[in-house]
Amino acid sequence: MAKITLDKLRHSYMGNPKGPEDYALKEINLDWQDGGAYALLGPSGCGKSTLLNIISGLLQPSEGRILFDGEDVTGLPPDRRNIAQVFQFPVIYDTMTVYDNLAFPLRNRGVDEARVASRVAEIAAMLEVTEMLKTRASNLSPDNKQKISMGRGLVRDDVNVVMFDEPLTVIDPHLKWKLRSKLKELHQRVKVTMIYVTHDQTEALTFADQVVVMQDGEIVQIGTPVELFERPAHTFVGHFIGSPGMNVLPAELKGETAFFNGAAVTLEGGVAPGAGRHEIGIRPEFVTLAATGLPATVRKVSDLGRHSVVEAIAGDTRISAIVEGAVPGQGETVHLAFRPDQTRLYRDGWIASEKGRAA
Amino acid sequence: MALELQAITKRVGQVTHIKETTLVLEPGRFNVLLGETGSGKTSLIKAMAGLDRVASGRILMDGKDVTGMSPQKRNISLVHQFFVNYPHMTVFDNIASPLRVAGLAKSEIQGRVEAAADVLQLRPMLHRRPHELSGGQQQRTALARAIAKESTAVFLDEPLANLDYKLREELRDQLPDLFAGRGAVVVYATSEPAEALMLGGRTALMQDGRVTQFGPTAEIFRNPNTLTSAKVFSDPPINSAPVTKKGDRMELGHGVGWALTGAAAGLKDGAYTVAIRPNYISPVRTDRAHVPMTGTVQITELSGSESTAHFRMGAETWVSLAPGVHPYRVGEDREFFMDPAQCFYFAPDGAFVA
Amino acid sequence: MRKVNQKGWFFVLPVLILVAFNALVPMMTVVNYSVQETFGDNVFFWQGLDWFQQILRSERFHAALGRQFLFTAMILAIEVPLGVIIALSMPRKGFWVPVCLVTMALPMLIPWNVVGAMWNIFTLPDIGLLGYLMNHTLGIDYNMTQDPVAAWITVIVMDVWHWTSLVVLLCYAGLVSIPDAYYQAAKIDGASNWSVFRYIQLPKMKQVLTIAVLLRFMDSFNIYTEPFVLTGGGPGNSTTLLSIDLVKIALGQFDLGPAAAMSLIYFAITLFVSWLFYTLMTRNDAK
Repeated sequence: MAKITLDKLRHSYMGNPKGPEDYALKEINLDWQDGGAYALLGPSGCGKSTLLNIISGLLQPSEGRILFDGEDVTGLPPDRRNIAQVFQFPVIYDTMTVYDNLAFPLRNRGVDEARVASRVAEIAAMLEVTEMLKTRASNLSPDNKQKISMGRGLVRDDVNVVMFDEPLTVIDPHLKWKLRSKLKELHQRVKVTMIYVTHDQTEALTFADQVVVMQDGEIVQIGTPVELFERPAHTFVGHFIGSPGMNVLPAELKGETAFFNGAAVTLEGGVAPGAGRHEIGIRPEFVTLAATGLPATVRKVSDLGRHSVVEAIAGDTRISAIVEGAVPGQGETVHLAFRPDQTRLYRDGWIASEKGRAA
Repeated sequence: MALELQAITKRVGQVTHIKETTLVLEPGRFNVLLGETGSGKTSLIKAMAGLDRVASGRILMDGKDVTGMSPQKRNISLVHQFFVNYPHMTVFDNIASPLRVAGLAKSEIQGRVEAAADVLQLRPMLHRRPHELSGGQQQRTALARAIAKESTAVFLDEPLANLDYKLREELRDQLPDLFAGRGAVVVYATSEPAEALMLGGRTALMQDGRVTQFGPTAEIFRNPNTLTSAKVFSDPPINSAPVTKKGDRMELGHGVGWALTGAAAGLKDGAYTVAIRPNYISPVRTDRAHVPMTGTVQITELSGSESTAHFRMGAETWVSLAPGVHPYRVGEDREFFMDPAQCFYFAPDGAFVA
Repeated sequence: MRKVNQKGWFFVLPVLILVAFNALVPMMTVVNYSVQETFGDNVFFWQGLDWFQQILRSERFHAALGRQFLFTAMILAIEVPLGVIIALSMPRKGFWVPVCLVTMALPMLIPWNVVGAMWNIFTLPDIGLLGYLMNHTLGIDYNMTQDPVAAWITVIVMDVWHWTSLVVLLCYAGLVSIPDAYYQAAKIDGASNWSVFRYIQLPKMKQVLTIAVLLRFMDSFNIYTEPFVLTGGGPGNSTTLLSIDLVKIALGQFDLGPAAAMSLIYFAITLFVSWLFYTLMTRNDAK
């Protein structure tokens, strides 16, 4: 178990990178505490897998250092970093039994058989695979194979970090949910540092204590799931997290008051003066249908069972609202109200309104 | 203009993949097949598309028997989970390929391909090859091919499964509009209940090669006909437990019981199964009628906007899903409140009773 | 009742006819000869199983069969491990991949009799490159037309040169199909190179390896052209393998009856050993 520090990490797949656009990872500085559950979240190609491979040692960074507990491990190969990794597709040693699969990382390090037996039994019990221990691993279903892959990652108790690279990709939704909770439970029990890479916001937010949101090789925001949901630092985070994502409305700023389509919109607080492209950000969860407010025309209503998503158009901007109970019909005119303490202003994409300080 | 399955079954060797199924799928709205992997969705699609032979029963398209007809003659399109495009052809040629096979005039092909490309925002990419496209664009190309072909039936077999989460959301939002007004029967297979709800239309729930329920999506979500249907159409999984009815009360054990109202009050005394979705079990009491249940918190998940808690009460694990942030501590005993008005009751054989 | 579509047979028909003419009909002729004696003019005398008994008891057959098994065992023992080692050491990405593949495939493109002739000239003591080098430069007495050991070594080296590529290419195909994640996982699990081979590469190569061993067994057990061109079965009978002996009996001595019986025994042995190999190598898959 270790604290992980990424120090001025940069990586380019090109031999001779010129501008910042040639870098798959632009400067990354990070500190991860021992025993935490972290997620790297972002769309395909955002650099999250590159970062993961650098931490595991499968890839050498072009610049910068990786420290485990203050010790520089940048030059060490994967097997000397004392880490474990679970891949997108289950990696199983086909010819071995489930038991031998789980024992493999221990036996490779010369752990004595008695200790191997007790660790394997413990992990198998946690993963609820005890009755499969004697079967050949090649005969398992995909979700059980992935469980065994996870088990191999967790069987060593001396690892610095366990990394998960989109481990639930091949798992059916109803089992995905089970494996996700299993993983969460395991983390709560073994308290080893875990890093989880995914493009799926639900997986990232439910698993991690702290989520790192990445875009185009850069970290956009680091925060707890609640922080990312409630106060996205960038419109990208607002859009990427949440389903549907945050409404982003073009705005004009006059003094400290924001205007959308000519109407003043109350923000969470004051705004530091400045120039730039201004946008109002409000989550669909905090938009309500009211007697008065912003007039809009209903374009589409989706009944999602637990609640409905009403998509309305004001001017030429689409605004989504999550509504419980009665919903308006398509084409009707509604009035939208924004919860002021959840209404933020963004300047050139980055948050510009300040919570609490009155305008 | 409908696709009708009349008592079809499908077998491979000794294994029955599709048990006797009768369905009428209509154009205009999405027809969603919802079920876990291995529940028979792909099997059913292959049978409908004519890729596999049915063991018995008939398939009618627009009232015409197509049971033994090859897929080439059925005028259908199939979009697969994996991005299937011809790698050596440009996007234009990929979209045009079925039209060229059909022997359409050059100008007609040009027009149809461009119209389909416009709908799917592929205009700027028409002269690229598939490997130069992102996953989303590749799948759009496959969809454009289906649209340009103007098929009578379009089968979409988990077409978004291999796309990024946000991309999936975007494309899913556009899909119903893409096919609206084209007169094609659209069949969409998915394993995600949320996806079925977002697509709307009608949904057929599948389990073990059988359609357990078929009807307007939101309606069958709220009115499951069996315990199996309720389980298939719930994510996170629906809570279920044995209960006993005595007089006008339902007893769950562990001192938890509630007074029955409505249809449930009219049930005969005896053993039933109760099922309730996690979002109707809340850590806060919002109504006096809600039933308190005390359990030990085992797993907690916080997704920013919602809090999930798994808690154990006796031998059963229950799941609560509530909007907002609720600080749970693992291992603590705490009260949750269940809304009895949202309970489904099932007879011992699994049939819905109230 | 469900109608079974019988159209499929129609498509198989040409193949069936072809097989009938180039395998079944000749084979029936052989069976015909194997139980009769003829002195020409299409006059036949019934012999029953006499020829079979004669062949099975003949020391000449035992010797040829022994040489045949020895030859096959030796080339399998060399070509399979060597092929695996070469496949493992070939690059999996980059510029050198096509170069290696083409180089490997070259020997297999040469017709068999040409291979025999090439090696024959190559090893001639006075003018062959190898023969001259051995005798005159290195001072090793090497003459495969006179020394049985030298003849054996030459025949085996020639076969290894000609056919190891087949094993290499099949194994290589198996190796490149292994996803990178397996190697990465093994690295992280701390697996040694031997473990990676034993638990990842070998299991993934097993199916192609089965095919490779079977093909090499059948080909080497039936080998004729190359050793015949190279040594003609000599010196003496030292490299007279089964097929060479068979041709000697059939066309040299014109003993058609014993030759026919011998062909059938030969065929039965090949079939049985192939079946044995296949069963043994796929036995564990069912579990």
